[in-house]
Amino acid sequence: MKNRHEIVLAGSGGQGLIVCGMMLAEAAILEGKNVVQSQSYGIASRGGLSKAELIVDQEEIMFQQVQKPNIMLILTEEAMKAHAPNAADTDVLVFYDTTLLEAREGPNYIGFPFTLMGRELGHPGTANMVALGVMCQMTGVVTQESLEAVIRQRFHGPAAEMNLKALYHGVKLAQ
Amino acid sequence: MPEQTRLIQGNQAIAEGAFYAGAKFFAGYPITPSSEVAEESARQLPKIGGVFMQMEDEIASMGAIVGASLAGAKSFTATSGPGFSLMQENLGMAIAAEVPCVIVNVMRSGPSTGLATKPGQADVMQIRWGRHGDQTLIALSPASVKECFELTVKAFNFAEKYRVPVVLAADEIVAHMRENYSIPAPGELEVIDRKKPTMAPELYKPYTPDEDGIAPLAVYGSEYVYHVTSSMHGPEGSSNNNPANAAWKVGQLHEKIERYRDEIVMTKEFAVEDMDILVVTFGATTRAAREAIAAARSQGIKAGVLQLVTVWPLPDLEVARLGQLVKRVVVPEMNYSGQIAAEVQRILGPSVDIRRVNKYNGTIITPQDILNAIK
Repeated sequence: MKNRHEIVLAGSGGQGLIVCGMMLAEAAILEGKNVVQSQSYGIASRGGLSKAELIVDQEEIMFQQVQKPNIMLILTEEAMKAHAPNAADTDVLVFYDTTLLEAREGPNYIGFPFTLMGRELGHPGTANMVALGVMCQMTGVVTQESLEAVIRQRFHGPAAEMNLKALYHGVKLAQ
Repeated sequence: MPEQTRLIQGNQAIAEGAFYAGAKFFAGYPITPSSEVAEESARQLPKIGGVFMQMEDEIASMGAIVGASLAGAKSFTATSGPGFSLMQENLGMAIAAEVPCVIVNVMRSGPSTGLATKPGQADVMQIRWGRHGDQTLIALSPASVKECFELTVKAFNFAEKYRVPVVLAADEIVAHMRENYSIPAPGELEVIDRKKPTMAPELYKPYTPDEDGIAPLAVYGSEYVYHVTSSMHGPEGSSNNNPANAAWKVGQLHEKIERYRDEIVMTKEFAVEDMDILVVTFGATTRAAREAIAAARSQGIKAGVLQLVTVWPLPDLEVARLGQLVKRVVVPEMNYSGQIAAEVQRILGPSVDIRRVNKYNGTIITPQDILNAIK
């Protein structure tokens, strides 16, 4: 397994990207890794470009920002233009939402209708969990078991069940 | 046993550090990028027998923590540039009245309201000189979530031990960053409480230092009755216009810090043993610098980092000792004028080659920015 992952999660404020980054970080901590999670956003709490970054490493993490991402999750067209305009020329895996973005050509662009799937699962807010399921299955950045444990720590009752359902849905899609 | 490792944000770690140090009172006016310190305090303080007060502004916030501290509670507030400006007057009062307290200033970008959500390091001189008249204080600057916690504990210890306000000079980067950290078990880090008077109440003089240079501080409202004024005051606390007394008092405010300089001044050194180039940093910029010197060394350039953990009093002896060993000094900081770079130049002299790396547009200094100045 790769020792270091640099992950960018980008879209619009309110899409749950920072929570996504925190949950991936918590899952990595359960696996004994070091993490640094940071974010960049404007003065509005809804809308506007929002970006979460996460570095996962076996070693101490010095500089806190992502410099060479190997995994991206992009949830708006604007974020794609800002953060991954030329990803086809690189080896970064770009997961993106085909409900909200134009389809992309290239082997490293991995599009699924996350938002539509979230809606069909009963809550559009679970789109990010579907995306996490796909990402962990296809990249191995953290295991499905660690993400399950994090969901159970953060949510209880029906909310936990709904998020787990979304996670499993994502894992199945990737298989 | 230390608690389990968890994901914790810098601001959260600052609040947790304050509780670990025994803080029981927070008064503040939430402001980005420090708001989570208030949020965490509002959540936790009532559970541990403390008080959280949201005030009408930062002037009142600073006044409230001075009052609470005199009443015996370890007290703190958290703010950013615009709020820190408003606190200066009462902060000066806390210095003159020798009231222990901790002010968290999470620095953001730009003058005035500026870029509210973006990082800056432009309050270095305001922290030291923001108040009128002769006065001094202590300021510490964290570069990680771990240091956010540990330096907050230190900040309270210094405040209590030396009866002086301490500023935790964090920046938006460390304050909003989340890292894995396990909070130390009680007793693992030293926690210092202020010295209380042991003499009979009628003999107590709140501004008469013991042999260690520090006067004991009685709980306001107890049987120890005393007067606190922002005017020049004598050893017993009442207003005093005598020139000899004024000279003694101003001297005392400075000498108690100078006397314990070696305990207060903290630095960290990285790869300085065989270096040709020294990078002097504080706060989050340290992280980019450490990555830059690793990259430089992989290209055969011997560079090292001196991190100023204590920013005030400035670690002048440490800068001088390492600065003499190198051909060039690089000082990266998120401000326009090079506030620390100018101090480094003052310490090392005008002929030393000092390269400044400044960013003041809300973006972060990268390892490449620093590497360009090293090469």
